[in-house]
Amino acid sequence: MAEIGNRGYANADVLVSPAWVAEHLHDPSIRLVESNEDILLYTSGHIPGAVHIDWTSDLNDQVRRDYVTKASFESLMSRSGIGPDTTVIFYGDKNNWWACYAFWVFQLFGHTKAKVMDGGRFKWEKENRPMTREAPKYQPTKYTARERDDTTIRVFREQVLQHVKASHPLVDVRSPEEYTGERLHMPAYPNEGALRGGHIPGAKNVPWARAVNPDDGSFKTAEELKKIYVEEQGLKPGDDIVAYCRIGERSSHTWFVLTYLLGFKKVRNYDGSWTEWGNLVNVPIER
Amino acid sequence: MHPRLREILETLNTISDPDERAGMLIDYAARFREVPHDIAQRPFPPGNRVSYCESEAYVWAVEQPDHTLKLYFAVENPSGISAKALAVILDRALSGLPPEEFADIPQDIVERIFRRNISMGKGMGLISLVQMVQHLAQQYVQAHKASSA
Repeated sequence: MAEIGNRGYANADVLVSPAWVAEHLHDPSIRLVESNEDILLYTSGHIPGAVHIDWTSDLNDQVRRDYVTKASFESLMSRSGIGPDTTVIFYGDKNNWWACYAFWVFQLFGHTKAKVMDGGRFKWEKENRPMTREAPKYQPTKYTARERDDTTIRVFREQVLQHVKASHPLVDVRSPEEYTGERLHMPAYPNEGALRGGHIPGAKNVPWARAVNPDDGSFKTAEELKKIYVEEQGLKPGDDIVAYCRIGERSSHTWFVLTYLLGFKKVRNYDGSWTEWGNLVNVPIER
Repeated sequence: MHPRLREILETLNTISDPDERAGMLIDYAARFREVPHDIAQRPFPPGNRVSYCESEAYVWAVEQPDHTLKLYFAVENPSGISAKALAVILDRALSGLPPEEFADIPQDIVERIFRRNISMGKGMGLISLVQMVQHLAQQYVQAHKASSA
């Protein structure tokens, strides 16, 4: 795989390689943040110095279906030893799926000093780099976040409805089985299911993982990504695009790819996604 | 539910601290032993692969001379910690039981072990692993019925 700087990305500096991370393990200006789907992974071993951010308990409000408040985010940043000038390097399992989700939530609060480690945990482990089970302890910081901005990179159902009516593009990043409505939810987990199957009218189906190389979890080159999103799906960098999945985590990965790697100007993540749309009364659905 | 499985679930249920609970599950995963060569070798047969499990897990249920079953697993993803932990729990709880008793696994076993903070994809893979175990056991039950009919 080519060096990150040679892959033609619109914003190559949003990615760092495992080698770069290895050289900056003791750099006080950066904080490594591991965010995984598998809740056991961090405890079983992580990059030395990395803190753990859990997608359910740290990023989601524990009562409402929403993200944490400004105060909760500030508390999270403080206990993670992250100051306003700290550069946060996200990484995680599943080709950085959850790392991109955490990255996206951080952007809601304006923490722009953020990068993703290319290839995530998979690439780090594949390169036989050091892991530890020791959880680091950092001095709490004083962190003042801006109010959460739900208007720029996040979108709600009424806006999606208007988006559909205006025939603006949507990207459904779920599996083809979910897109066609064949699969509604998994057994025993109806809380992530929906009463109706299918997709939002007009949505193009581009499963999120197409953006990564399965061999090492790294992102595909800009040329390869353009073939998928621009040539194959007809998306344009100036389009107003809404990405969605089931609860907004997989689509944050695609949001990251379109926004940072391809430089698309207006991509928003519909985190209500199919668990909301597929349960709404009287909204249009395609199969 | 068989007492061995009940005991494991009850023990997990007493641990409210998430880190302690994760530590216990990781300890289970650390005890994972891959299917021995005399049972199966790579490439593992697709028929033993667990559907939807992104950790690429495989299950075997081998009948013993006393007609109980012994479970074996393989998990190809080195990061498949949860799959390995579940495999060890299922092996400890169920190996040595007659296949008829495999039907008595609670529907919500994955949720009871991993709690609700598990994603859909991960949960689906783990549930499929349990279902695969039950499916293999059910095959033995039906074979026994057919042979005794």
